[in-house]
Amino acid sequence: MTTQSPALLIIVPLISAILCLLLGLIRRGLCYPFVVAVLGVSVILSFDVMGTVLNDGVIRYRLGGWDPPWGIEYMIDHLNAFIAIIIASISFVVAIFSRKSIEHELAKGKIIYFYTIYLLLFTGLMGIVVTGDVFNIYVFLEIASLAGYALIAIGRDRAVLASFEYVVLGTVGACFYLLGVGYLYSVTGSLNIMDLTLRLPELYHSKVILIAFAFFMVGLALKIALFPLHVWLPDAYTYAPSTVSAMVAATMTKVGAYVMMRIMFTLFEPYFSIKLLPVTTILGWVAAAAMIFGCIQALAQTDFKRVLCYILIAEVGYIVLGISVGNRAGFTGAVLHILNDAVMMACLFMIAGAIYYKTGMRHIYEFAHLHKKMPVTVTCLVIAAISVVGVPPTCGFFSKWYLVLGAIDARQWFFAFLLLASSLMVAIVFFKMMQTIFFAPAGESAHAHIDEPHKEHKHSRDEAPASMMIPIFIMVAGILLLGIFSGQIVSTVIQFTVPKGF
Amino acid sequence: MDTMQFIIGKFNYWIYIVLMMIGFYAMIAKRNLVKKIVGMNIFQTAIILFFISTSSKKGGATIPIIQGGHGDAAGHVIDAAQYLNPLPHVLMLTAIVVMVSTFGVALALLIMIYREYRTFEEDEIYETLEVMRLKK
Amino acid sequence: MHYAVKEVQVKERYPDVTIETVCRLLIPPIQLFGLYVIAHGHYSPGGGFQGGCILGASFIMMFIAYDIGEVKRRMREKLNTILCATGVLIYAGIGILCLVLGANYLDYGILHQILPAYPAKARALGTFGIEIGVGITVMSVMISIFLNIGTAGEHEGEPE
Repeated sequence: MTTQSPALLIIVPLISAILCLLLGLIRRGLCYPFVVAVLGVSVILSFDVMGTVLNDGVIRYRLGGWDPPWGIEYMIDHLNAFIAIIIASISFVVAIFSRKSIEHELAKGKIIYFYTIYLLLFTGLMGIVVTGDVFNIYVFLEIASLAGYALIAIGRDRAVLASFEYVVLGTVGACFYLLGVGYLYSVTGSLNIMDLTLRLPELYHSKVILIAFAFFMVGLALKIALFPLHVWLPDAYTYAPSTVSAMVAATMTKVGAYVMMRIMFTLFEPYFSIKLLPVTTILGWVAAAAMIFGCIQALAQTDFKRVLCYILIAEVGYIVLGISVGNRAGFTGAVLHILNDAVMMACLFMIAGAIYYKTGMRHIYEFAHLHKKMPVTVTCLVIAAISVVGVPPTCGFFSKWYLVLGAIDARQWFFAFLLLASSLMVAIVFFKMMQTIFFAPAGESAHAHIDEPHKEHKHSRDEAPASMMIPIFIMVAGILLLGIFSGQIVSTVIQFTVPKGF
Repeated sequence: MDTMQFIIGKFNYWIYIVLMMIGFYAMIAKRNLVKKIVGMNIFQTAIILFFISTSSKKGGATIPIIQGGHGDAAGHVIDAAQYLNPLPHVLMLTAIVVMVSTFGVALALLIMIYREYRTFEEDEIYETLEVMRLKK
Repeated sequence: MHYAVKEVQVKERYPDVTIETVCRLLIPPIQLFGLYVIAHGHYSPGGGFQGGCILGASFIMMFIAYDIGEVKRRMREKLNTILCATGVLIYAGIGILCLVLGANYLDYGILHQILPAYPAKARALGTFGIEIGVGITVMSVMISIFLNIGTAGEHEGEPE
């Protein structure tokens, strides 16, 4: 099994998506346990792949037995395996969360199709992470995006319009990526990343490569919602169902950031991206603008999920800032922040889903005195919030520490200052929320009850069901443990992902 | 004369750029949602045209189907310069499938939008949303 | 999600002898040609996706010439879904068969151990098997897209 694990990482969810459809047509209740089992197997497989990479080095798996560059090759090194573990784990935990939430928000007959498309989304994401061929990345990117469009459109009121806007913008982004691939292919004749690394250095002066790089960057910036091209994200993730928001917010933007890292530092050498072109300067200013813009907009929102969406835009700014400073500490901070941000965002969106499931409330001003009704959930919200702000020993502190170190190492004092300023603004956002929850004047709470005839007493404890609370506990435990053990994570895995030349 | 060489010698690139910009303009400037989707389709078709045009060769290359290659009699040596490069064609098969799937998803979304708002015009939809928001 | 007031559209069928007869004569040859295109993907322009589109087009032609009832009598929606799944299972199944026999995923050369052919021919036959799977899936997806969009989703008849 170990030598075939890279292919199994993709085959298992793909076949399971089809089997889920067939099983669901036989009996509807079989879908949920089957999906959870399959995702559990995927988590085990991803840890297995990481073990192989740590012991033996880079895995190069030839699909179909054809040698590269004629065939497609799956190349897995430390960065790949790390992101594969993140995506598999987050999908597994969110799938456990999904049972009651999806029954609440979808019609009964559609649950089979929801789980099928969920597994197809997971297949697409794993495919992007595992493959080592630029055109294969495009194909899996489109598989994941199409599944994402369909899942987001299921939500409430404006979800269909938001998904339509996402379709148009996402397609433009993917088409720009495809154009970049086309330009690279027409000049070098190869599509394999390792092969292109050998052929490109003599072509660095040519305009075709420059334009290909520009197309790659703009296309991926659309996909990860980097500042001026973020317009689709708030609407799409706010109106989607809670499970879908938790899943895509934690994974899709991170995978796009991973592809950006691959293109900037593996496909083109760091010498090209940092010294030959002022790309990192441009990216640095764009990322700084993203951080400030995200935090300021988050202050102005009243819908809880919308606040989280704008904070997600700011987090993407952090990751791109880490990439753009171009030194060891910055890159380490960016990769560590991918891990931490995935866990934090999944946790926060799942908490929003739990609150919506139990009370039907969406706006922050309705959350007054929520700590009397759902104390455990509010505790988890507080822990996740202080992690986003960046207080030790939660994980958010350590990734921001590396990012600030990276900015200082690159002598970009202004970016270091902006990092700290945006942390302060995020703190203001969350403390305002805590003030509304804990310290609102008595009698002001405007709970909008969904029709639950029993338990009318306003202050009785009424937590979300166990299948929703257990994933939230896992995520909160993850936040604390990842913070305490972040040194081990950096020294075991992340220090090998930093590209040579830093 | 260098300008003429620049325009006529690379006419395939000019055609694909013009088509792509027509599609892009339609996606941005048209107010009807169906026209936006049609513009998206033109945009993707232009990119497919670009890829296919990079596969042609000088000297009258023919389509990449081996002459006399049917059955087991195809053991002879093949002169690669006589046939087009088949790889972009194969890549674009996949891209066409992706284009059709995106088109299908977009049309399904348009049907749901029509059921809800009874119109395809973007400004009327936003007016309806404003009215609904003010009523709350 | 609330719906606006739905105007009930009474769809009348205008039967036309010419169109109906031509369709009845042409649909079987179109389907045969679609199968031919799938099988000859090696030697002529064709393959799984193209043949699947042609097969799907035959059902769409029936929908245009007649009405939705005729198509649903010949291809029920549940059968359509199962066919779509079967095509993908054939594709992935051939790949997994190669895994089980010991080679990498989709390495058809190893199939010469169970098929009466030498490794190069086994690769060609493996590709042909995959094209069949792709053709079935593309046919059912084409039918599903067109029927759902052409009736604006109002034909869903599967009880919950």
